[in-house]
Amino acid sequence: MEEEYSGGVEKKFIYINRRVPHGTAYAIESLETVLIGAAFDQDVSMLFIDDGVFQLKKDQNTESIEFKNFSKAYRALEMYDVEKLYVETESLQERGLSADDLLVGVEMIDRARVNELIDQQDVVLSF
Amino acid sequence: MKISILVNEGPYQHQASDSAYQFALAALESGHEVPRVFFYHDGVNNGTNLTTPPQDDRHIQKRWSALAQEKGVDLVLCVAACQRRGMVDEGERDRNKKDATNVADGFRISGLGQLIEAGIESDRLVTFGD
Repeated sequence: MEEEYSGGVEKKFIYINRRVPHGTAYAIESLETVLIGAAFDQDVSMLFIDDGVFQLKKDQNTESIEFKNFSKAYRALEMYDVEKLYVETESLQERGLSADDLLVGVEMIDRARVNELIDQQDVVLSF
Repeated sequence: MKISILVNEGPYQHQASDSAYQFALAALESGHEVPRVFFYHDGVNNGTNLTTPPQDDRHIQKRWSALAQEKGVDLVLCVAACQRRGMVDEGERDRNKKDATNVADGFRISGLGQLIEAGIESDRLVTFGD
């Protein structure tokens, strides 16, 4: 139902993901916004900080809570030209995780760099 | 300046919707344009015409509808969020075979593309919510 956007303007969009994948609906809503936004040919980044790093955890199993397991969709982002995935190093470490625990390749950035990254954007959407 | 607004919380439970409204009003009064307010997540509940708040309380939905009617602000409810929460306009009623509608005057249901478009076409996109 979304029409192609032909306004010719390209802005830098960043989606900031801060919450666990299933305690609230924000993670899946963020993903849906990114996928729909892909039709607009914008410069898109996704940033995972705080509990948001759990969204990228390998081997998620949601059967017992009867929620859709949408984690595999992060691997499909590449097909939508969403290739800039950033994870804050400190958030990952504080939760006992490393890049090996993640289901998709990401760029690790430290906390100081997070501020810089957000500063560079035109549109910041926080979930 | 063109300032669009994103409202992520429902009415009465959270101040986000009130703050967004006050912000929109202040922006308009200062000579800015507010082309669109996009309601997402529980924010879509701002658009129901079935609420009856106590008489000494503000009427959040009517306030938004007045903003649309008097200032021409485009109030857009996210369709996927509406479908999950029972926000129904005539199109959705017919499509999903419901027997009632509850989308208030001045609001319309559309897709997330309207949010992205607001981000592209506005100078600022200001978010209200946690």
